[in-house]
Amino acid sequence: MFKIVKREQFSPVTYLWKLEAPDIAKAAQPGHFVIVRHGDRGERVPLTIADFDRQAGTITLVIQAVGKTTTALMGLKEGEYLDDLAGPLGRARSFDKVKKVVCVGGGLGVAPTYPQLRQYKQNGAHTISIVGFRSKDLMFWIDRFKAESDELIIATDDGSFGVKGLVTGPLQEVLDRNPDLDEVLAIGPSIMMKACVAVTKPRGVKTIVSLNPVMVDGTGMCGGCRVTVGGKMAFACVDGPEFDGLQVDFDELLARAKRFDSFERESMRRLREQHQCHLPK
Amino acid sequence: MEAPTRPKKTIKTIAKTKTAMPEQDPAVRARNWNEVTLGYTEDQALAEAARCIQCKNPGCIAGCPVAINIPGFIQAIENRDFRKAYDVLAADNVLPAICGRVCPQETQCEAVCIVGNKLEPVGIGRLERFVGDMALKNGWSLATSVKRNGHKAAMIGSGPASITCAVDLARAGVDVTIYEALHTAGGVLKYGIPEFRLPEKLIDRELEALKGLGVKVVTNAIIGRLFTIPQLMQEMGYETAFIGVGAGYPNLMGIPGEGLNGIFSANEYLTRVNLMRAYQHPQSDTPTGMGKKVAVIGAGNTAMDACRVSIRMGAEEVYCVYRRTKKESPARAEEVHHAEEEGVKFNWLTAPVRILGDERGWVRAMECIRMELGEPDASGRARPVPVNGSEFLFEVDTIVYAIGTSANPILAQTTPGLKLNKRGYIDVSPDTQMTSIPGVFAGGDIVTGGATVILAMGAGRKAARAMLQYMGIAAVAEPAHQTKG
Repeated sequence: MFKIVKREQFSPVTYLWKLEAPDIAKAAQPGHFVIVRHGDRGERVPLTIADFDRQAGTITLVIQAVGKTTTALMGLKEGEYLDDLAGPLGRARSFDKVKKVVCVGGGLGVAPTYPQLRQYKQNGAHTISIVGFRSKDLMFWIDRFKAESDELIIATDDGSFGVKGLVTGPLQEVLDRNPDLDEVLAIGPSIMMKACVAVTKPRGVKTIVSLNPVMVDGTGMCGGCRVTVGGKMAFACVDGPEFDGLQVDFDELLARAKRFDSFERESMRRLREQHQCHLPK
Repeated sequence: MEAPTRPKKTIKTIAKTKTAMPEQDPAVRARNWNEVTLGYTEDQALAEAARCIQCKNPGCIAGCPVAINIPGFIQAIENRDFRKAYDVLAADNVLPAICGRVCPQETQCEAVCIVGNKLEPVGIGRLERFVGDMALKNGWSLATSVKRNGHKAAMIGSGPASITCAVDLARAGVDVTIYEALHTAGGVLKYGIPEFRLPEKLIDRELEALKGLGVKVVTNAIIGRLFTIPQLMQEMGYETAFIGVGAGYPNLMGIPGEGLNGIFSANEYLTRVNLMRAYQHPQSDTPTGMGKKVAVIGAGNTAMDACRVSIRMGAEEVYCVYRRTKKESPARAEEVHHAEEEGVKFNWLTAPVRILGDERGWVRAMECIRMELGEPDASGRARPVPVNGSEFLFEVDTIVYAIGTSANPILAQTTPGLKLNKRGYIDVSPDTQMTSIPGVFAGGDIVTGGATVILAMGAGRKAARAMLQYMGIAAVAEPAHQTKG
């Protein structure tokens, strides 16, 4: 059982949990993920760690209610307990030798980009951040990004704040201005990471992406999270979830992400029905 | 209790065949998740126990990887002293209801049963299950009154190897903690073996024995990530650790098209259905994502499980595809037989060479090639050789790979000095199960590669003996054979 010591609602569908998990906080590194599960019939959902505090013994997750589980979990309140939290999982990487980096976070991916940005900064890198949201009211953690970025660019799809459009526009512009970049980190929806790679690949800039395929156990047991990287099969849970973006087969990743769409829609429909039953007449 | 005198049994006076065990009709069971075999009634158990001739030099005990006193427990059944039968069994095996169901007795105890030389061997597995079930029904359990000796040991993984090791250490007074990566204990028993062969509730009840012995179980603890082995040994005060993490790292074939949707490892498929209860979806949250025409590649026990699960999940057609013939298939004969009865179709001497998808990225067919048997290979089995030009299209929408597993790399990545063999499994001393790191032992599938529950248990037991010695604890003369209930 893991206590939700702090809860924030970022938007109607996005929320933050700070969870009491001292052992995980101690072992966590930027890029790691956890598996969350709740209830006797609950599924296992992988979520990238958005922050960890070793002193306080907590980890932070930012969750978007996209399916049945993440929607149902939105109902857990501050002070309540999550049944299962397993991690940290995945391979951590080295931040050494990076002098100049661009960190691109898109939507929910802004959250797990943060501990990486902080690590780059701590290691002395010049940090340029590009964060993208659909609109102004979905923005979060701008202050945190400001504190760790030498340069911060905010983009919104609808132009309600900052640069209008996707993150790829500013990315292109930043690449043009900074021929001395060591690497680009891009975290967000697969389609966004694919688009970022489309910008960086022609220039041959090293690009790290954090993939989020469907997983069951998250420990290498099921192989459901397999992705093709450099023509070879890899398991995102134990070989990743971070990979060399220039080598990732994004089309396959996007197709595989649709594996359970019809089931998810059905589960959501049932969840809505159940909720309606409980509404007062 | 004095055994009642009865005429001495000989091979000539006993029933020639095993007492049949009732089972669900194939047509009925193919549509439900209840157990296929129903277990002996008391009368049936007594009839079968009467077939054991209590040999002076029995073969069965040596045929059992954990050396259960088989004639002893069968004698107690015959005497209708079921409680004693359990005590004798539990002295060597804390999981009799489980082992009675999933052990391949036909290649172990029953293969060397003296009665089996002339007639059908004694149904040892069925009798073990009878006693195990009786113990669960009556709440018999293991002794708790073990004096702690201050020694501490960690088990990594909570499958059969670790459980056996934990119990043996706990019975000798060691303070044991089991670390399990998943949200529930049991390892392969939970994620790998389907409900209709081994009900989940039964596993949980049999694992209660651990609690009775004071063994602590920590779930959601991935050793190698949450804690490393050096941490366990240096910071957390464990004098010794046992690695029993299994070999759950699925193999694929490496043929074109494996990234398509509708292709599963048997691990994923069975984990979804068993551990995550997809068989109850949508009441449970996890779906399988399977289609209607399923091909299972491979013909081992896992393949049979995947086939039989598919039937119950409502697949319209289920094919077992294997590159050799029925004769070479590694599954238990009983499993193949059950699968056939339930409507699984077998395609022997067939191997997929590539997988074809539709425009949406889902499987639509496999291209297969016919095989023929050639000279024996290193395993002693006839080598399958492709027949040139025999390629054909096999239309399916779901493919499950049940072609074995490899070693999970997480522990090795984070444990400096842990020596692996060429196949990536952990190297151990054959006498003690100790790894290249002093005090760290290993056993089960992570050492041998995929094998059986009972072999893993045997390895756990062997390691426990060596771990006691390592900690300087005199091997308990007669490990708490007393049980209470």
